[in-house]
Amino acid sequence: MKMLTNIWTLILLGFLCSAFPSMEPMRTGALKLHRSQPTERISGSAGDVLDDDPVGRLKVFVYELPSKYNKKILQKDQRCLTHMFAAEIFMHRFLLSSAVRTLNPEEADWFYTPVYTTCDLTPNGLPLPFKSPRMMRSAIQLISSNWPYWNRSEGADHFFLVPHDFGACFHYQEEKAIERGILPLLQRATLVQTFGQRNHVCLKDGSITIPPYAPPQKMQAHLIHEKTPRSIFVYFRGLFYDVGNDPEGGYYARGARAAVWENFKDNPLFDISTEHPTTYYEDMQRAIFCLCPLGWAPWSPRLVEAVIFGCIPIIIADDIVLPFADAIPWEDIGVFVDEKDVPNLDTILTSIPVEVILRKQRLLANPSMKQAMLFPQPAQSGDAFHQVLNGLARKLPHDRSNVYLKPGQKILNWTAGPVGDLKPW
Amino acid sequence: MKLSALHQSYLNRRSSNFRGLSGDSSADGSMKSQASVFWLVLHGLCCLVSLVLGFRFSRLVFFLLFSPSTTTNLYSMPFRQAVEASVFQLSTEAANQVLPVNTTTPRVVVGRHGIRIRPWPHPDPVEVMKAHRIIERVQREQRAQFGVKAPRTLIAVTPTYVRTFQTLHMTGVMHSLMLVPYDLVWIVVEAGGVTNETTSLIAKSGLRNIHVGFNERMPNSWADRHRLEAKMRLHALKIIREEKLDGIVIFVDDSNMHSMELFDEIQNVKWIGALSVGILAHSNSAEESSFSLAWKEADNSVIPVQGPACNSSNRLIGWHTFNSLPFLEKSATHIDDRGIILPRKLEWAGFVLNSRLLWKDFTDKPMWMKDLDLFDGVDDMESPLLLLNDASVVEPLGRCGLQVMIWWLRVEARSDSKFPPGWVIDPPLEITVPSKHTQWPDAPPELPMSDKIVDAQGETLAVKRPGKTRRSRSKHDARNKRKHESRNAEVDISEKQTKQN
Repeated sequence: MKMLTNIWTLILLGFLCSAFPSMEPMRTGALKLHRSQPTERISGSAGDVLDDDPVGRLKVFVYELPSKYNKKILQKDQRCLTHMFAAEIFMHRFLLSSAVRTLNPEEADWFYTPVYTTCDLTPNGLPLPFKSPRMMRSAIQLISSNWPYWNRSEGADHFFLVPHDFGACFHYQEEKAIERGILPLLQRATLVQTFGQRNHVCLKDGSITIPPYAPPQKMQAHLIHEKTPRSIFVYFRGLFYDVGNDPEGGYYARGARAAVWENFKDNPLFDISTEHPTTYYEDMQRAIFCLCPLGWAPWSPRLVEAVIFGCIPIIIADDIVLPFADAIPWEDIGVFVDEKDVPNLDTILTSIPVEVILRKQRLLANPSMKQAMLFPQPAQSGDAFHQVLNGLARKLPHDRSNVYLKPGQKILNWTAGPVGDLKPW
Repeated sequence: MKLSALHQSYLNRRSSNFRGLSGDSSADGSMKSQASVFWLVLHGLCCLVSLVLGFRFSRLVFFLLFSPSTTTNLYSMPFRQAVEASVFQLSTEAANQVLPVNTTTPRVVVGRHGIRIRPWPHPDPVEVMKAHRIIERVQREQRAQFGVKAPRTLIAVTPTYVRTFQTLHMTGVMHSLMLVPYDLVWIVVEAGGVTNETTSLIAKSGLRNIHVGFNERMPNSWADRHRLEAKMRLHALKIIREEKLDGIVIFVDDSNMHSMELFDEIQNVKWIGALSVGILAHSNSAEESSFSLAWKEADNSVIPVQGPACNSSNRLIGWHTFNSLPFLEKSATHIDDRGIILPRKLEWAGFVLNSRLLWKDFTDKPMWMKDLDLFDGVDDMESPLLLLNDASVVEPLGRCGLQVMIWWLRVEARSDSKFPPGWVIDPPLEITVPSKHTQWPDAPPELPMSDKIVDAQGETLAVKRPGKTRRSRSKHDARNKRKHESRNAEVDISEKQTKQN
């Protein structure tokens, strides 16, 4: 008898030992260690947090939506792959073949819904957001009825990519976007978006800001020798007045771009104009400072271009939240100028000590910085896809009391929002 | 009707121009609240008033009357009122603010903001200088990071002598050397001894220099000149050996042309390197076609280049030299000849040396380098290759001779040409040539008889009595002027009289 019980305990122990590594609490314990050091690591050089590898730290389940939500839309217009909102499509493709993807939704930490809401383009190539709320709502209805995971948390462990102008507010005009607010169904989900401005309706807590998509091959093709001396002091190419929509100025860019033009058009140090030169990328590599002012929305692909080409970005957008702000020390890399200080821009820039400028250039030269701003095809380690996953991993483990609802508890109001949004898509 | 249509079109234009479709109406066509109608009517009224007035008047009146309490952005001080009521006029009307749903009032509001322009939007020269210093520092850092890692001092060897074109040539060379971003020592060997002319020229450069004289005068024939230049260069190499200068020796002839990439490229040399030299062999004659004809006869279409020749694996296999056979008939032998000035087979200018090769007690000196003392009495050193036992150790530079960064040229004035010392005309030149006076409109043509006689009789007369001719000329001028004035006066008076009549 004793022998038998001994043998049974041995077998049981052996079973437990083998099962130990795959048990849930161990993994979350390890993750907890990571999570206890969220933001102190950014001090000093960039790249501490940027070099983290998300594989093994989280699991993502990708919903299989009918192709009318993604593939068919892309087939209608291939331009969606090259415009600045292409991140939503590339993220989907990356996740499908990534190591963090799991086919078992029970073990997933995050759920991804591939719906391309920014792919309804005008002939000019600008996305129309009018059908996007209905599309998103229809997709959420689908996943909530076909899988139990939405209702379990009402979306708190789901993430969506909404790279449009004002994120999930789904409008290009700021006033209208603020009126609409974030889509009510997305109140609890994590939003991955390009828009970021503090104290703004369209940026909710816990969102992850990403850079707009800029084509990596095109930029690589225009690289020039690093020995070429940087002889332009400040460089900018773009609109100062949006003559079609705001001829007098004052609305566009909150008057900041017009102020730049009026104050510095005669200044020999400022190479600014509205032209579209073919040597735009090469010129940026010959400049020390590149202006990145706001437009109709505070973010712009100029930031990405400036980082890739080693030109110190001068960010003129009050209260902007820059991409991966918890991983990249933007204050150390770029120069932030308040919109009210634009008339004194030349004084501000020339009074920066040279050592500070050289340090910023060294930080910009860090390859992990440049890699974090890009969406290369196929994905490489340290790129923007991985930074998004790192951001999602940093939000783990889910706070059990908030994320998962008690049975029968309902928080979201499925009939909230403008009447037009409730129509089926 | 018309007004509302205008407003509608303005609102639609804002959205439609942006997106190209009027799909906006479906979303919020029905949301016309009281306030927006009121603002529309007000806007229409203001438009009417400004139409009547003829300029856009400020809506400050309404703002002052109905000033809303909270976050309106009012900027008064730094603004400038434009003269014309154009795009740049600022209005401090109430911002169409839409407060967000959250309780925290944001610092940034939506709506119309003013365009801030400072009262004097012109660059401050002090700041421009600061910016230039920043640019300079950044470029220096770039050079340190991506340029040559441990730049060596350059030692430029220039044989020269005083003649008319010396200033022309030396100024070019001087400015090229001043632009070189590395340390430089300029050794100038002057034929005929050290002169003040050359010293003052070199001093303008501000470069560290060693100026020595060579006790032979520069001969008139090109062949002899080449020989003497080679001797002068050897003399300079001896100086380098004595002073134990450390760096890269480069032979900078004063009439050659050097590009800035040359100085970056030669930093790559280890012991002795060779570059491609473009030969601008031109003819002194007035007709430029003689050289090109001869060139066409020689069946070439590209400018001749001297330099190293490599095989496909970039190893030195031979030399491209200047084939002077087609031109020997037309070549110039003396400096005054109207012929083509030809270079040697391989010019010194295409070679660079590590100065340590010249040192006497240098322990790591390679076996193939001969000692300089062996060449003490040698008459004609055609090229530095004679310094080597084995010519295959030469390193080809400039992508194996594919890049031409230095051009050989010899241009000289006639041997009897004179020039003012230091190019300062003081006292005035002895040779006077009359200048043509511009004719007064009514005056008869002037007869410059006396001056011509002086000139025709040859320079001797002018030399003997320089002052006299000058004084007489000036008197003549003054007299002429007075004559002109009186004549003009007469003419005017006569005209007036005729008019009066």
